[in-house]
Amino acid sequence: MNAIDQRPANENGVILSPAQLKARRQRNIAIGLAVALLCALFYAVTIAKLGSAVLKGGG
Amino acid sequence: MSDVTAIGQRQDATLGAADMVGGAPADYVALLKPRVMSLVIFTALAGLVAAPVHVHPVIGFAALLAISVGAGASGALNMWYDRDIDAIMTRTRARPIPSGRIGAREALGFGLTLSTFAVFTLGVVTNWLAAGLLAFTIFFYAVVYTMWLKRWTPQNIVIGGAAGAFPPMIGWAAATGSISLESVALFSIIFFWTPPHFWALALFKSGDYGRAGVPMMPNVKGAARTRLEIFLYSLLLVPVCLSPWFIGFEGRAYGVVALVSSLVMLALAFRVWRDTEGRDKDKAAKQLFAYSILHLFLLFAVIVAEHGILRPLGLA
Repeated sequence: MNAIDQRPANENGVILSPAQLKARRQRNIAIGLAVALLCALFYAVTIAKLGSAVLKGGG
Repeated sequence: MSDVTAIGQRQDATLGAADMVGGAPADYVALLKPRVMSLVIFTALAGLVAAPVHVHPVIGFAALLAISVGAGASGALNMWYDRDIDAIMTRTRARPIPSGRIGAREALGFGLTLSTFAVFTLGVVTNWLAAGLLAFTIFFYAVVYTMWLKRWTPQNIVIGGAAGAFPPMIGWAAATGSISLESVALFSIIFFWTPPHFWALALFKSGDYGRAGVPMMPNVKGAARTRLEIFLYSLLLVPVCLSPWFIGFEGRAYGVVALVSSLVMLALAFRVWRDTEGRDKDKAAKQLFAYSILHLFLLFAVIVAEHGILRPLGLA
């Protein structure tokens, strides 16, 4: 049992069903992947815009 | 709690359950209208590769991604606003908002966030003319078409069709930083293609649109007038589809494909106009609707092949 499972149940709040918990987990993974891809894309665009000179250290 | 009541009435004062828990990633993908996005990607690619300048593949990929995400975001905004009528039409009632998988506010936030990201990314990666055109396209589709024209006039898809026609012009602008006669020709093909394509759909889905109170041409002016206008627009579409060849922008291969395919579309439109009775009337409209998609695909496939493959190899 991890730390999240040991938290007291919040009976007054929104209680998610197993399907909703699964959807939330999938959403989190999708957002993480999207952010990682966006970082990779901006890095690649930066290199492409600067040209091959940046790889040779010529600025 | 449902966010959908009757047409024009929305319960937006409080968050719905779907707003608080959110949907699965597939539901958010569905909000982007992936089938429309695929057409946008394809036509924007045509504008990008047909431009007379070399575009770095990474820049081209990033530009296409931004244009497609922008188009998807406008689809999400469209689904947010149209959730009341989407719940009524059989064609759209399984969409994420009317089916309760995603809340209305969630969809609005999703659409606005992606729109901002897409426009900003396109501006930074290519140029601000292309970004401005993308922003205008999102505004035109979400506000001018969805919020204003769609529920007001049977000419909704004629004017609103401009939103779908902009992607090749944005692709061209992303590559060249300008708008030229060639990109206007590509815009015109999609613009004049849209009315016969959507009215063919509206002919065999007129009950759906009628129940939802959307003033599509068959519900307002009648099926006979719609059939005539489909034929007239298809007739007008023939020279418009040939215009890239006339102005010397496309070669003979495009001219032959455009002429043959346009004549096939015109023949199908003639059948729609002629077959007004019995089972054949819906069949003709369905055939025209299906072929119109193939027609547009063929034209832009030849443009992509000619500029992206044949000319670099010296074969065209």
